[in-house]
Amino acid sequence: MSTENVRVEVDYNASIPNNVALAEDRRLLKALEEWHPQYLAWWGDMGPEGFNDKEVYLRTAVGVDPKGWAVFDHVKMPDYRWGILLAPKVEGRTIPFGKHKGEPVWQEVPAEYRSMLRRLIVIQGDTEPASVEQQRHLGATAPSLYDMRNLFQVNVEEGRHLWAMVYLLVKYFGKDGREEAKMMLQRRSGNEDSPRILGAFNEETPDWLSFFMFTYFTDRDGKMQLESLAQSGFDPLSLSCRFMLTEEAHHMFVGESGVMRVLERTCEAMNEAGITDPYDVEAIRKMGVIDLPTVQRKLNFHMSVTHDLFGSELSTNAASAFEAGLKGRFKEEKIDDDHQLYDDTYPVTQLLDGQLIDVEENAIAAINGRLLDDYIKDAKGGIGRWNKMIAKLGIQFELTAPHKAFNRDIGQFSDVCVTPQGDIVEQATFEANISSYLPTESDLNYINSLMKPCYEKGQYATWINPPKVGINQRPVDFEYVKLA
Amino acid sequence: MVFMRQHLIDPEVCIRCNTCEENCPIEGAIEHNDDNYVVNAALCEYCMNCIAPCPTGAINNWRNVRQPYSLEQQYLWDELPASIEWADTEGTTEALEEEANQILDVAHQGSGVVPAPATAARPQINLWSQGSPAKAIVAGNYRITEAGTESDVRHIILDFGSQSFPVLEGQSLGVIPPGVDDNGKPHAVRLYSISSPRDGERPNYNNLSLTVKRIAYGEHDETKKGLASNYMCDLQKGDEVEITGPFGSTFLMPNDAAAHIVMLCTGTGVAPFRAMTERRRRMGIVGSGKTMLFFGARSASELPYFGPLQKLSGELLDQELVYSRVGAGTKEYVQDRMLKRASDLAELLEDEDSHFFVCGLKGMETGVENSFKQICLEHNMDWDKIRTTLLAEGRYHIETY
Repeated sequence: MSTENVRVEVDYNASIPNNVALAEDRRLLKALEEWHPQYLAWWGDMGPEGFNDKEVYLRTAVGVDPKGWAVFDHVKMPDYRWGILLAPKVEGRTIPFGKHKGEPVWQEVPAEYRSMLRRLIVIQGDTEPASVEQQRHLGATAPSLYDMRNLFQVNVEEGRHLWAMVYLLVKYFGKDGREEAKMMLQRRSGNEDSPRILGAFNEETPDWLSFFMFTYFTDRDGKMQLESLAQSGFDPLSLSCRFMLTEEAHHMFVGESGVMRVLERTCEAMNEAGITDPYDVEAIRKMGVIDLPTVQRKLNFHMSVTHDLFGSELSTNAASAFEAGLKGRFKEEKIDDDHQLYDDTYPVTQLLDGQLIDVEENAIAAINGRLLDDYIKDAKGGIGRWNKMIAKLGIQFELTAPHKAFNRDIGQFSDVCVTPQGDIVEQATFEANISSYLPTESDLNYINSLMKPCYEKGQYATWINPPKVGINQRPVDFEYVKLA
Repeated sequence: MVFMRQHLIDPEVCIRCNTCEENCPIEGAIEHNDDNYVVNAALCEYCMNCIAPCPTGAINNWRNVRQPYSLEQQYLWDELPASIEWADTEGTTEALEEEANQILDVAHQGSGVVPAPATAARPQINLWSQGSPAKAIVAGNYRITEAGTESDVRHIILDFGSQSFPVLEGQSLGVIPPGVDDNGKPHAVRLYSISSPRDGERPNYNNLSLTVKRIAYGEHDETKKGLASNYMCDLQKGDEVEITGPFGSTFLMPNDAAAHIVMLCTGTGVAPFRAMTERRRRMGIVGSGKTMLFFGARSASELPYFGPLQKLSGELLDQELVYSRVGAGTKEYVQDRMLKRASDLAELLEDEDSHFFVCGLKGMETGVENSFKQICLEHNMDWDKIRTTLLAEGRYHIETY
């Protein structure tokens, strides 16, 4: 499709579900007319490989009310209607935190915070296309049509989240914003010359267990960041993020239920074969399922890499963004304090005299540290539910979250070797035991050997159970992707 | 025996994302602790706002109970309690009925649980079950769309002989296609709206009619036939069909002759409206109530009952037939035509005697609602408020599939 064609054919108001009066905003329309074909070209180059001509049972948001945002139909991904949708405005909303607390929220970018705000939006926006790029090869090894559909749903919604951020850039940041929007489509995950901004978004997602772990652990970082930005005093950012959160919940679901189904299959297979020792890896792998210790090592990897995404626990950038009223804390409205924090402290774990000790730090400086702690608490919820299921099936094994100091490259613990249990050890000891902490090459090779496509309607790969319920009340053997 | 249909969340499927609580308009109707998200039976008003946004489907669970489960009980659950099949029901709770209930729940999702119109007659439900279905004999099967068009829609007349099968306009019945599925289980029941009025397709005969479209869909390069619809459309006069029901106790026509009835439909969604119109036609024009129909199809030749509709007087039925596939540039949908009748609809929206019914494909809901919203906007009315009142008073009903 040439650029010219796109200009002629696209009726933007019809093809872009929106509640931002797009049709009347000539400047915005003009900017999007330029960006839209570039976006489609990017999707063609870097979006899900090999499935753009297939009909996928997708959920499209056409409005923000509970009825409008979950419209299901079979569509081809390039025809997906990526919309620009903001949560309903709250009249009389005031800035909920920081030094401007209590002042009316900003409808335009405050000049003094322009570059800080732009940076926040660009960093958030950059992660959205990055994960689509990371996951682009997964369709080829989907364990079922149901899972393939969930992957593509995650992908198109990441695409929409990019749209949401690009909308803010082109609408509120003039020429720089348009430039940044273009750059979003030019950086490439894992590309040496122009990589994505955050480290974890330059790793490929090589297999489906990684995908489930990524959506559970790494997308949860996205959820925490969106929750913090949803507090923003810059109202359009807040409204954008609030609506994105409803979609983000689907990604959490794909991760949590995906890992759950993998664990369930393994435990059931062990029971069927009469294997009680979860460490009898050879026997368990013979059955074509993923042994629980390997799942633990994958969990250690994904959760610890995600910890790094929160940045330094003590951060002046995060402090400035909080003070300025641009980025708040998780569930700011439910925290019982003055929301300015000038006199408050927050305990940040640090390495002191060879020990990990909680030190009371200035609460504004510790914004990232607090968000990381909130993340860990949130992520542990699902781990607890996985354990319940393992226990219910009678297997003696408990998954645990690795200590937050384990395997860190950024922040307080980047220079220290800490085991997943939280013990400080010599580097040599750490390296000698690393095969019990993190996935080994043989673990990854084994997982990779299981990655065979399972495209028959209602069939699921050997290593994963069917879901308990289908999507939108459809049965689990529904034709979620029409491959013919 | 009083039963309550209690709304519950499946703790095994729920991921505790808080989306339901966020979308719930009633403070405290959904709450949570560190373990579970739970629904307060005393507060939930069945608005269904939480259903579509739930990413997992955990929210969509229902149990027929005599005593609702308390919050304390729900907080302790690791999994949902099994459904209880009550023996002595007033007709709401056999397993097979649950199946029909679920179909109707999905069909009524757009409006949520809405009471029947105040002046509707009291319906009979669940007289015949999957275990002991009624056996109807096919008395006729006629194509009512033009031959040669893609839409093969049938008007099928079923005779119940000496079996009691009393129905009201707007109700449905269940059809059990014969045979078993690939897993050796009997086929699932299908629901069809009844398209004849309460006194029968032929007045005072124990028969009724259905409006059924033959379904075909493409799969792996071959065209597959919808199992039940093809079974129905191929029925010959004299064939025996197993029927359950009747079902439905809310999507019913008001008896009051002063009530205005506005009917919005596409395709075979016309079935309940044919029944309502025919009911009014047989009654004669006795009250001030208007009967208005917005009916969308691809073209006149594919519009079920096109011929008979032409014969109805404008005084009996104010009809707007809308076509989405005739020639170039004339694509029009029900929601578009609604805007052309904006001032009439605005007047009706304000009238306490008005009842609105939507029936057709799920896709039409949003368009219809948007048009109502726009009409209200143009007439300085508040659609959200009107909608809430209409729903609360049983004057707005949606049945889509």
